[in-house]
Amino acid sequence: MSELTFKIIFIVAVFGISLFVAMYTTYAERKLAAFLQDRLGPNRAGPFGILQPLADGVKLFFKEEFIPRVSDRLLFIAGPAIFMCTALMTSAVIPFAPDLEINGTTYAMQAADLNVGILYLFGVVSLGVYGILVGGWASNNKFSLLGAIRAASQNISYELAMGLSIVSLVMVSSSLSLRDIVDQQSGWAWNILYQPLGFLIFIVCAFAETNRAPFDLPECETELIGGYHTEFSSMKLGLYLFAEYIHVFISSAVLASLYFGGYQFPFVSDLDPGPVKTLLGGLVMFAKTGFFIFLFIWIRWTLPRFRYDQLMNLGWKVLIPLAVLNVLITALFILF
Amino acid sequence: MMQQAKTLTNRAKLMPRKPLTFSERIYLPAIFKGMGITLSHLFRKKATISYPDKVRPMSKVFRGLHVLKRDERGAERCTACGLCALACPAEAITMTAAERKPHEKQLYREEKYAAVYEINMLRCIFCGLCEEACPKAAIFLQNDVMAPPSFEREDFIYGKDRLVEPFQKN
Repeated sequence: MSELTFKIIFIVAVFGISLFVAMYTTYAERKLAAFLQDRLGPNRAGPFGILQPLADGVKLFFKEEFIPRVSDRLLFIAGPAIFMCTALMTSAVIPFAPDLEINGTTYAMQAADLNVGILYLFGVVSLGVYGILVGGWASNNKFSLLGAIRAASQNISYELAMGLSIVSLVMVSSSLSLRDIVDQQSGWAWNILYQPLGFLIFIVCAFAETNRAPFDLPECETELIGGYHTEFSSMKLGLYLFAEYIHVFISSAVLASLYFGGYQFPFVSDLDPGPVKTLLGGLVMFAKTGFFIFLFIWIRWTLPRFRYDQLMNLGWKVLIPLAVLNVLITALFILF
Repeated sequence: MMQQAKTLTNRAKLMPRKPLTFSERIYLPAIFKGMGITLSHLFRKKATISYPDKVRPMSKVFRGLHVLKRDERGAERCTACGLCALACPAEAITMTAAERKPHEKQLYREEKYAAVYEINMLRCIFCGLCEEACPKAAIFLQNDVMAPPSFEREDFIYGKDRLVEPFQKN
């Protein structure tokens, strides 16, 4: 199998897995929300409601496709598309499993090993806000516009703190490639042990970047109806909602690989390279990712939404100074 | 300094707001506490009863759908005296009486019987006064059956076909 064939198969597989995980994250969200509120959740479609995401998807496809007359038609259609594309593009640099060695050929379980992987990730994630902004602007609706503006300012504010928390991580691992960062964390040497404060800042920012509760101000129902997706219907709305879950999946995978060792696990790291190691490593990676997805959902159904000024206060006056402090402390540790 | 609003009574008490402690200000202990609370709910018994599959156990004195009873020989007990209709506060019961023919002796217990007996379930308030009024122990409210829903008003007028207990040989 040539390198190219493998890459194509791998990319299609990652694409499929992203969609599949996102699909079942919607199910997990509904089910967990119900459990946390002493309810049963969807349990009619299939055993334990396992086919519910399919039913939801079919329902969204059959909904009336409505484009407001006063909206900017082209941008209105482009908005969800941009949002979805950027959400899917982020998975390219995530190493999902250790290298696979068959007959002397090495297959990397990563779509692209960029030496600036983290920067790529940041670039694509910040492109994602254009999807929201374009969609909200094109709707020609005050609520949508307000939601879009909130999304933009929120992302800008929190990207700074996120970037600074990553700076200290990069200082520790002295590499921007996600693969190198994961490879350095073999066994128990996870970055969370060296960067607890950085992890805290990063995870708070990850919640804000994915527009999830308690930072879901861009779509906060009580003030803005639906925020940036107020005017969207049918599968366009579906794309917006779905892309959010892909963001959750990717954020969880990034959190797992940056701070929790990705596919590294004490006994798995010591195995000889081969299919077994790849398989176990992949499972470890998905278990960690799954835990973070659970955390995302758990937090959403625990914490109430922040007020907008509280959000900005937290971003600018707390997280950024903390992140700078973290960089300084890390620098001092490296120096001495 | 905030201007203190004029109070309506002299009972108003000024409560000074305590400054937040450090652990309250950093917010994290409260978050973890909240997460602990929600997590404990994850394993708690669910309040939901998945209704069509499982039915909530009903009280023995629950008043559900009416039934017109037969006696031990299988003859209808109702004699169309009209006391149930009279007792009914919602005026949900109507009936037409008829005289029993000699060959119908095994069908109706008394010489007079209800040729038509209708209860409008949309009017009925399931108070059970008909049951109390009946001198022949002919009408009862079941404790395990409820009037099913329907889209048509006509479906809620229950005639004898749906009210009389099915004939059982024993």
